[in-house]
Amino acid sequence: MALLEVVGLTVEFKTANGQFRAVDAIDLTVDTGDIVAIVGESGSGKSVSMLALMGLLPWTATITAERMVFNGHNLAGLSARERRTIIGRDMAMIFQEPMSSLNPCFTVGFQIRESLKTHLNLSRRERQHRAVELLDQVGLPEPEKRLAAFPHQLSGGMNQRVMIAMAIACQPKLLIADEPTTALDVTIQAQILELLVELQRNSDMALVLITHDMGVVAETAQRVSVQYAGQKVEEQPVLPLFDAPAHPYTSALLAALPERSSGRHLASIAGVVPGQFDRPAGCLFSPRCEHVQPLCHEQVPSQTQRDGASVLCHFPLDRQGRPTHARQDHDSQNQNQNSQTDVNQINGGMQ
Amino acid sequence: MTSSSPLVVADNLTRFYTVKSGAFSKPSVVRALAGASFTLEAGKTLAVVGESGCGKSTLARVVTMIESPTSGTLTIDGKTITPDDSSARAALRSSVQIVFQDPYGSLNPRQKIGRILEEPLVINRPSMSAEEREAKARDMLRLVGLRPEHYSRFPHMFSGGQRQRIAIARALMLEPRVLVLDEPVSALDLSIQSQILNLLVDLQDQFNLAYLFISHDLSVVKHMADDVMVMYLGQPVETGSRDAVFERAWHPYTRVLLSATPVADPTHQKDRIVLTGELPSPIDPPSGCAFHPRCWKADSRCQQTAPLLQSAELPAQPISQPSAPPEAGALNHYLACHHPEK
Ligand SMILES: Nc1ncnc2c1ncn2[C@@H]1O[C@H](COP(=O)(O)OP(=O)(O)OP(=O)(O)O)[C@@H](O)[C@H]1O
Ligand SMILES: Nc1ncnc2c1ncn2[C@@H]1O[C@H](COP(=O)(O)OP(=O)(O)OP(=O)(O)O)[C@@H](O)[C@H]1O
Ligand code: SF4
Ligand SMILES: [Mg+2]
Ligand SMILES: [Mg+2]
Repeated sequence: MALLEVVGLTVEFKTANGQFRAVDAIDLTVDTGDIVAIVGESGSGKSVSMLALMGLLPWTATITAERMVFNGHNLAGLSARERRTIIGRDMAMIFQEPMSSLNPCFTVGFQIRESLKTHLNLSRRERQHRAVELLDQVGLPEPEKRLAAFPHQLSGGMNQRVMIAMAIACQPKLLIADEPTTALDVTIQAQILELLVELQRNSDMALVLITHDMGVVAETAQRVSVQYAGQKVEEQPVLPLFDAPAHPYTSALLAALPERSSGRHLASIAGVVPGQFDRPAGCLFSPRCEHVQPLCHEQVPSQTQRDGASVLCHFPLDRQGRPTHARQDHDSQNQNQNSQTDVNQINGGMQ
Repeated sequence: MTSSSPLVVADNLTRFYTVKSGAFSKPSVVRALAGASFTLEAGKTLAVVGESGCGKSTLARVVTMIESPTSGTLTIDGKTITPDDSSARAALRSSVQIVFQDPYGSLNPRQKIGRILEEPLVINRPSMSAEEREAKARDMLRLVGLRPEHYSRFPHMFSGGQRQRIAIARALMLEPRVLVLDEPVSALDLSIQSQILNLLVDLQDQFNLAYLFISHDLSVVKHMADDVMVMYLGQPVETGSRDAVFERAWHPYTRVLLSATPVADPTHQKDRIVLTGELPSPIDPPSGCAFHPRCWKADSRCQQTAPLLQSAELPAQPISQPSAPPEAGALNHYLACHHPEK
């Protein structure tokens, strides 16, 4: 059984202008020891979907799912007591905005010790000892001294690492890390990613890593889920995703990487992600897709498979990056060419 | 070929801040920018990289003349600005403009786009008529890839990428020769980032603009830069052409930065130098080489003597006089280190 199994997760917000669907029928399966990255444009519902799992969305959100099971517990029907023992202990999250999730009125040491107190049966001294150990693990120099500091006395990067220390304090089975290193310098980022991967390796922690940095994805993740406008448009293991993306959005995103440019200009995706009021009919990516066909404007695509990739597209790209409809044309041409070669060979053979 | 003299020459620029940490403690000095020298030519891009707090934005503010240097000189288009000379600054202010990282915070939410674009003209070109200003603003909108009808909209009606286009348009209204870009694409998605970088490339080609391009993203820097300056604790530690810095980095700190940057290729073999410790405080910089507490090659010489920025190819020749720089191209590779990683 998977550690986390989510099927058809949908989140709608009540807004002044009516219902807004921020997450649209997302599936996610995570096994013990997995590292899954979630990537996608700003506003594509990455944070909201994970906050929904944690039960941390405001009342304006309506959450529905066919299945939402963590470690045998149905997340939709947790009692308050179960929630306390699971959320924050077995399933923990590093939040995107560290300052908003640390309490400015208490020292960071107090906050770390409190979270240890809530979830673990440790003595006072053990808690203090563990707090020092945690700050040391996330690479904060002089941990004893830092424990006495208030959040405003630390830099953004330091607070981010305090958050990380709190999230891993109880050795969670699943850690959801929402842009954990975005505020950090590359030197510190490398240190933190190393730590997270080490936890995954040594204690079989599963890691869901939300990031917009394709470099971090390439170096850290085993599997990648790509979101666009609230939907999961593609999921693949990391190697084939970078090598042969199946969804035109993923392909366009990778092409926009400066590393992949050959000239003065970068490949770019025209237009912007649709908002609440300009969601197109059919495929949500259709207004920006370079392979768009008439069908895409009319009909909503459904999840299909392409050797190991799950993809939400009418015309998934093949391993050569050609859309399915083009491949059909191309293949028939190829066949013609092949038969011609055959004829030549036969001719050659006859001469 | 004409050998053009550089548009911007910075000679040992510093900028110190005095801060008081408590009512009774004596004020301390933050050496945010501790001596930066470089040259920048028209049509070229000099990228500035380094850890958070190393003084990149401080340098940006000094070059844009938002703040004056504590010491050192800045020469723009042949005119020299010294710390206590405000007349030259006023005359030059419109030649250098700045674009900030945050496309949300840098635009006044209560002003329409037209007003935002025209404001620099109202202040600096008082003789221009309202019609001329509006025509210029509408032209500029088209130039940065927006539509003329956006003229009468408010900033909140635009996406992050569009707001950054507006910020660029505003910076161009006075026809500057130098644009200082402080993390111009850091807040943008990859797909929007490439649109903005393409726009910057086109504008540079069209107007022969010089860019001082600050970014922490080395893949973006590699794409945009002609030259690169690596800063550590307020000082350049290695400068050179893009190829020199990316292919033949000799300063240990540059090596660290390059090796720590994740590569967007899962087949890439990483060979990472892991640093311990943090960027030290510019209030109390280490003795000798500022990098020595974190450097694996440091010895007693590094602890005692600060290395000078000198030519990597011809050691023993400190550039004490960068205002008379070697011919373009020869300025290529400088570093400040006693034990370069050659
Ligand atoms: N409390 C809320 N009420 C209404 N809409 C919300 C709320 N929280 C988030 N949203 C909207 O839901 C959508 C998805 O937001 P989310 O924060 O999940 O995006 P994201 O993919 O995490 O983006 P980013 O990369 O910028 O963090 C956005 O359009 C956002 O504006
Ligand atoms: N007005 C000020 N008063 C006091 N100290 C300042 C001031 N402005 C900057 N500093 C300090 O100067 C140093 C350099 O800051 P600066 O903002 O230039 O760094 P940066 O390289 O732009 O960093 P980042 O990558 O985080 O933007 C920092 O230690 C900062 O705290
Ligand atoms: S001078 Fe010494 S301490 Fe400084 S970087 Fe070079 S080797 Fe390291
Ligand atoms: Mg988010
Ligand atoms: Mg800055």
